[in-house]
Amino acid sequence: MPFVEIKDLAMAYYRDSQKIAVLEGVDLEVEEGQFVALMGPSGSGKTTLLNILAGLDKAESGSVIVDGQNVGAMSHKQLAAWRSRHIGFVFQFYNLLPVLTAFQNIELPLLLTHLSKQERRDHVRTVLDIVGLADRADHYPGQLSGGQQQRVGIARAIVSDPSIILGDEPTGDLDAASADEILTLLQRLNQEYHKTIIMVTHDAKAAERADVIVHLDKGVLTA
Amino acid sequence: MKIPIIYNLRSLRQRPVSTLTTALGMALVVAVFVSMMALSNGFQSALTSTGSDENVFLLRKGAGAELNSGIARDAANVVAGMPFIAKGTDGRPLVSAETFVVIPLQRVGGGGMANVVVRGVSLAAFDVRRGLEILEGRKFRPGSREIVVGRTFARRFPNSEIGGRINFGGQDWTVVGHFAAAGSSFESEIWGEAEQFMPVFRGQVFSAITFRMSDPANFAGIKETLEADPRLYVDAYQEKEFYDNQGTLLNQILNFLAVFIAGIMAIGAVFGAVNTMYAAVASRVHEIGVLLSLGFKPRNVMSSFLFEALLIALLGGAVGCLLVLPVDGLVTSTTNWNSFSELAFSFSITPRLILYGMVFAATMGLIGGYLPARRAAKARVADALRR
Ligand SMILES: Nc1ncnc2c1ncn2[C@@H]1O[C@H](COP(=O)(O)OP(=O)(O)O)[C@@H](O)[C@H]1O
Ligand SMILES: [Mg+2]
Repeated sequence: MPFVEIKDLAMAYYRDSQKIAVLEGVDLEVEEGQFVALMGPSGSGKTTLLNILAGLDKAESGSVIVDGQNVGAMSHKQLAAWRSRHIGFVFQFYNLLPVLTAFQNIELPLLLTHLSKQERRDHVRTVLDIVGLADRADHYPGQLSGGQQQRVGIARAIVSDPSIILGDEPTGDLDAASADEILTLLQRLNQEYHKTIIMVTHDAKAAERADVIVHLDKGVLTA
Repeated sequence: MKIPIIYNLRSLRQRPVSTLTTALGMALVVAVFVSMMALSNGFQSALTSTGSDENVFLLRKGAGAELNSGIARDAANVVAGMPFIAKGTDGRPLVSAETFVVIPLQRVGGGGMANVVVRGVSLAAFDVRRGLEILEGRKFRPGSREIVVGRTFARRFPNSEIGGRINFGGQDWTVVGHFAAAGSSFESEIWGEAEQFMPVFRGQVFSAITFRMSDPANFAGIKETLEADPRLYVDAYQEKEFYDNQGTLLNQILNFLAVFIAGIMAIGAVFGAVNTMYAAVASRVHEIGVLLSLGFKPRNVMSSFLFEALLIALLGGAVGCLLVLPVDGLVTSTTNWNSFSELAFSFSITPRLILYGMVFAATMGLIGGYLPARRAAKARVADALRR
């Protein structure tokens, strides 16, 4: 059984009682430890698909199974708890809380666990080391470059040791050099730490870092 | 609190102007509330500490107040011989038959005239009343035209220093001592020997008798005995209850005004908080989306924003309490309607009042923060993230 299995997924938004179909009959299988790049034009539903995978949004129909769990069948409350343990989400615009330091931002997901203060500290230090920002722990996002902020974003995504990382254009807002660093980091997480990664990207060069590339066009997925 | 408090603190600091103006609105409400409560508190404690629950207070039947009361010397002697009266260290009964007259006197510094209680007592009165203490000088000497004055009186009326002479009843009286009486209304009075005052004022009649019970638990029985005695024709009160009741009405009015006025002002302050918190939520929808995406639950978000409103309110409450602190101890006066004499009392801010003020502030914060916090908690995560 594949690690991620999406079957016949459909999703639509309604605006003024008008239906806007976004995803139609999407099927996707991802093996454990795979690095998948998801490409497609703007507005094709990539973010929507990722949100459904992460349990941030609910599909209209179809099934989503992640690591044996039927994500589609969970309540919002269950999804919140499940998400904090199993999903690491990396956003295009980092989505760090500007009033918290790098350390405090990374610590946030751990506040939902039963870890002690000392254990949380150790975990945060560990991931800060992995992303190479040990010396920036007390910096605020505004004091960091885009690439550094994204590394904090990745550290926050992996701090609770989820099995799967979802990236929504994680290099979309970065210059080429920073993007390259981020991609290398993601690749390392995939290869050294065996994280399953699904990464949305516009950039063909970025997609090449992945094992598999899938295309989403007009709501339909093609290999 | 799952979402860390530092997030709220720093977010508040991000918008200092709205935080401070909202807090200041609440500060004013709390200041008004606490100062009015302090007034009522001071008034209450002036009267409450006047009476002791070990003492019985006798007035002529139906008199209701010392001013209207009269008890003959014979009756006073009968009471003094009653078996249930406690004995002092010298073995004499702790009973004080007292005369009570109100006279007008000029205040210090051209403050106009005020009515003052002149109480004629025996030396036993200093033992019957607990908490009575000569601060300066000595007690009056029986058989002489000497008086002692309460410390509040001494501050408010001229010639009340030791050795000073005060004229009333057509005589000069020499001040030989100042006394304290645990902040009670006695401190606004002049005390001298009843035997000296009687011929000057109202003849051979006492106004009231106060005595210490040897067994305070037996008050009901004592009351019955005294009120049934045909030689006496008196009403018996527990002294504490008598003085407490004097203040009840004014006190209730003051308390009502405190809650009423502060309540009306609070409505304004709460709307201020609602506005501020709605603005805070609106500008942080995206952050709320991020928190929800990380797995925080809507109720975590709700309590975080409620807490933030509470922080503003507590800041306001603290500022409000600091604003009123200077009025603590400030002396003011009112007419004691039971004796038509001046009763001086002070604003009394106690830790309990500060607590009430903070609870009042917290309540405003929670009410004002509720709807905005609920809106924050209702944000749909996918939509919030797209903003
Ligand atoms: N909340 C929403 N309400 C209505 N339409 C939406 C909403 N969110 C996204 N859409 C629409 O759904 C389509 C897919 O959006 P999205 O998944 O963000 O695409 P992508 O990430 O591939 O650019 C777009 O046409 C977008 O306008
Ligand atoms: Mg997108």
